[in-house]
Amino acid sequence: MLSESEVKHIAKLARLGLTEKEVKKFQKELSQILDYIEKLKEVDINNVESTSHPIRVFNVMREDEPQKREDQLREKLMALAPETKNGYLKVKSILK
Amino acid sequence: MKVDQLTIREFHQGLKNKDFSALEACQFFLNKIKKEDKKINSFLHLSEELALMQAREIDEMIASGREISLLAGVPCAIKDNILVKDIKCTAGSKILKNYIAPYDATVVRKLKEQKAIILGKTNLDEFAMGSSTENSAFFPTKNPFDLERVPGGSSGGSAAAVAANFCFFALGSDTGGSIRQPASFCGVVGLKPTYGTVSRYGLIAFASSLDQIGPITKSVEDCKIVFDVIKGKDDLDSTSIKLNESNLKSEILNLKSLKIGVPKEYFIEGIDPEVDKVIRNAIQKYEEWGAEIEEVSLPHTEYALACYYIIAPSEASANLARYDGIKYGYSKISNLKSQISNLLDVYLYSRGEGFGPEVRRRIMLGTYALSAGYYEAYYLRAQKVRTLIKKDFEKAFEKVDFIFTPVSPTLPFKIGEKISDPLAMYLSDIFTISVNLAGLPALVLPCGKSNGLPIGLQIIGNYFKEEKIFQIANFFEINHQNSNE
Repeated sequence: MLSESEVKHIAKLARLGLTEKEVKKFQKELSQILDYIEKLKEVDINNVESTSHPIRVFNVMREDEPQKREDQLREKLMALAPETKNGYLKVKSILK
Repeated sequence: MKVDQLTIREFHQGLKNKDFSALEACQFFLNKIKKEDKKINSFLHLSEELALMQAREIDEMIASGREISLLAGVPCAIKDNILVKDIKCTAGSKILKNYIAPYDATVVRKLKEQKAIILGKTNLDEFAMGSSTENSAFFPTKNPFDLERVPGGSSGGSAAAVAANFCFFALGSDTGGSIRQPASFCGVVGLKPTYGTVSRYGLIAFASSLDQIGPITKSVEDCKIVFDVIKGKDDLDSTSIKLNESNLKSEILNLKSLKIGVPKEYFIEGIDPEVDKVIRNAIQKYEEWGAEIEEVSLPHTEYALACYYIIAPSEASANLARYDGIKYGYSKISNLKSQISNLLDVYLYSRGEGFGPEVRRRIMLGTYALSAGYYEAYYLRAQKVRTLIKKDFEKAFEKVDFIFTPVSPTLPFKIGEKISDPLAMYLSDIFTISVNLAGLPALVLPCGKSNGLPIGLQIIGNYFKEEKIFQIANFFEINHQNSNE
């Protein structure tokens, strides 16, 4: 069973704000799912390689040249941002 | 006008014969949706303006005597996690409620090049995480066969829209069964192609090593038509694969020389006896038509679900890190009343409020599995089990040409039945997720009903054998019209 402080730690790593009530709810649900996942410990994985990708993939290289893009793309992308200033994305202070 | 009952080929012929215009057909479908979708809720939003503009363009082409492609004027729907330029794309999430797609997904670009008409965007579980479409932040979709039941998920809107004859086909995405399970629940055809066959560019990422876009249609022939348009290597998706021409040729299958594997691990206790019966009947039909049926074993099947629920959430936790309340999407950054003073608070509140419970659950699960001290015990172990699951299939395909299984252990369940028990919901994907872990292609074919509820057969083929899958599935359609038991 995950502890409350573990749930809070994971939520912080994941940058998810949780209410106290949600902490309790997720504690129960995540523990239940993790108990089920314990099943994987039954499998003998000695000398088994890991699969990160179902089909073998390779690096894809191309010339580093600017591509022709739609003229309005920059404006469209900036219009999606919640706060901008002088054509830049605005963020809150990082340091106190 | 019974235009909604036609196949894609019949519709194409009707357009060419001038039985109806593209605009008339388009308006017919838009009106039908406006009238009848109130009770099903398969669409999140319509792209009426785009659709009518496309339809007029096709009528002009026809009027000026130009050739039109098979998909020209064919109304379709797109799952709302696939980008259509200048149209809203929400992924079923509050965090993207007002997001306007700045570009087309490659599959959408290809459909537009063929002049298929995009009617609108269909409902889904938030970020495609779910098996019932109840996790949509907006509203649940209902099963057209029984409005008290779920259409399946996560592509529940797409499957319900096709089943309700609101469009000829829809695109879905499949990470653990999200095309196949709703296709089965709604009595339509759905294909999860081989991983890498269809470009994922413009698909809102959930679990990148598992996600694949595919068609949901009313017939196997229609499925092939759509698949042929959307497949192919794309420079904008580094995991897409250049297809080998020899795999694409339609060889004529002789059923008598084919072996169909039936994995014993898929006919287990807990499977609904009605599902079991209908699937076994379908398999028996193939035997009667001359195919050889052989029991095979996929010994690691029982670990697939646990394996998936490490790998998919881990990848999701990384993919969904991009929703930060700064670049786009729901944000608390400019909320003057709140106590948000620094960057961390913007993340915590934007993500905490923007994501629904299932998405947060999976992000946390993935974050936990990847965090210091747990990586080897969970993520690395799951990746090794994934290898064993893949090898099970490779071994089976040394002996057989196809593997036939049920799609879901149950009939479409009631809305609300499983939503409060995440693990019970996860278990409804038990027969579909291995295919994603292995990267194989699989098609769902409606093969019968129980109490008016559809049941689908899952046909799994070897890598890149979609053509063969279409042929063997087509055989069923021709020889066995769906019986209403």
